[in-house]
Amino acid sequence: MADPMKIRATMAGDKVEVKVLMSHEMETGQRKDSKGAAIPAHFIQNVTATHNGKVVLSAEWGPAVSKNPFLSFKFAGGKPGDKVSITWTDNKGEKRTDEATVS
Amino acid sequence: MNRTLGGAARAACAVMALSAAGAFAQQRSAVEEIERYRQALGDGNPAELWEARGEGIWKKAAGPKNASLEKCDLGLGPGVVKGAYAQLPRYFADVDKVMDLETRLVHCRVTLQGISPEEAKKSPFGGPGRKTDNDALVAFITAESRGIAMAVPMSHPKEVEAFEVGKKIFFHRGGPYDFACSTCHAVDNVRIRLQDLPNLTKQADAQKAYTAWPAYRVSQGEVRTFQWRLEDCFRQQRFPHLDFTSDASIALTMFLARNANGAPFNAPSIKR
Repeated sequence: MADPMKIRATMAGDKVEVKVLMSHEMETGQRKDSKGAAIPAHFIQNVTATHNGKVVLSAEWGPAVSKNPFLSFKFAGGKPGDKVSITWTDNKGEKRTDEATVS
Repeated sequence: MNRTLGGAARAACAVMALSAAGAFAQQRSAVEEIERYRQALGDGNPAELWEARGEGIWKKAAGPKNASLEKCDLGLGPGVVKGAYAQLPRYFADVDKVMDLETRLVHCRVTLQGISPEEAKKSPFGGPGRKTDNDALVAFITAESRGIAMAVPMSHPKEVEAFEVGKKIFFHRGGPYDFACSTCHAVDNVRIRLQDLPNLTKQADAQKAYTAWPAYRVSQGEVRTFQWRLEDCFRQQRFPHLDFTSDASIALTMFLARNANGAPFNAPSIKR
């Protein structure tokens, strides 16, 4: 089970600013271990953000994104108390969803 | 003929002087760029993931005694985490010994949770695909001292002794390179590649350096603790391996931490 994400959602003017830290190895598949064997790729492929259940961001990621990625974005139409939920799915089918309340 | 050569040599000298000045300016701007890079990363420091994990480990019952670490006394009383790291290392009467944070955590895991000392000290630092409790606990506990001024005590004779021993180790030259910590860290304006090396004999530098550890190393994708920092310094000097939580490591930490007194603690930070 992957570690929880760290999500902050705050009002920035009339928009909601969301900052997310994800815990993930983000292995590219290009590296080799000490024995010379390729380390299998393991990275987040899809990221979805929803605001009160409605999708506000949908992204396709690849192996070029860093280990323990940081994602920041803004969306309009939110207010304090609203729920923001983030979901990622990696290339091994592993999944993680976490939720935060806009403050 | 001679005059022509002389002129050419003079011209060459002038060009060299110009390029040296250019290289220096380039170095400085590179250092500033790294500083900007750090600031840009600071907003999303993955060390927060370690902090969150560490808090969970701190509160979770574990070991043969099935106890959490919440009763661990880090110097300010059992269970007090807030501000504890700003006063470490320190003398602990219950063990009659000066301990730094990581040594104290080993002690608590042994006494409270019933884990064997060997087990508690085994592979404390994370690596690819391997996360450690030590890294996470250190991230959580140190973050609870963020913004609090360093106030490492020196009232007990053993604290004074540790400081003096640490100072000796800092200046001790040895190993195949005939190196000391002070070879790099007691001089101004030196670098390894593009990294500025702090002059740890100066208060401002010592404060800035010590209060920025532990740190998330972007290039390693790990939170690195102060014990790790010292172990790696020893490796870089080709010294014998510095044992985790050894008296030497505590003494050196005491010397460096005490020299940072007065400055607000500001870690876990983020480094290249």
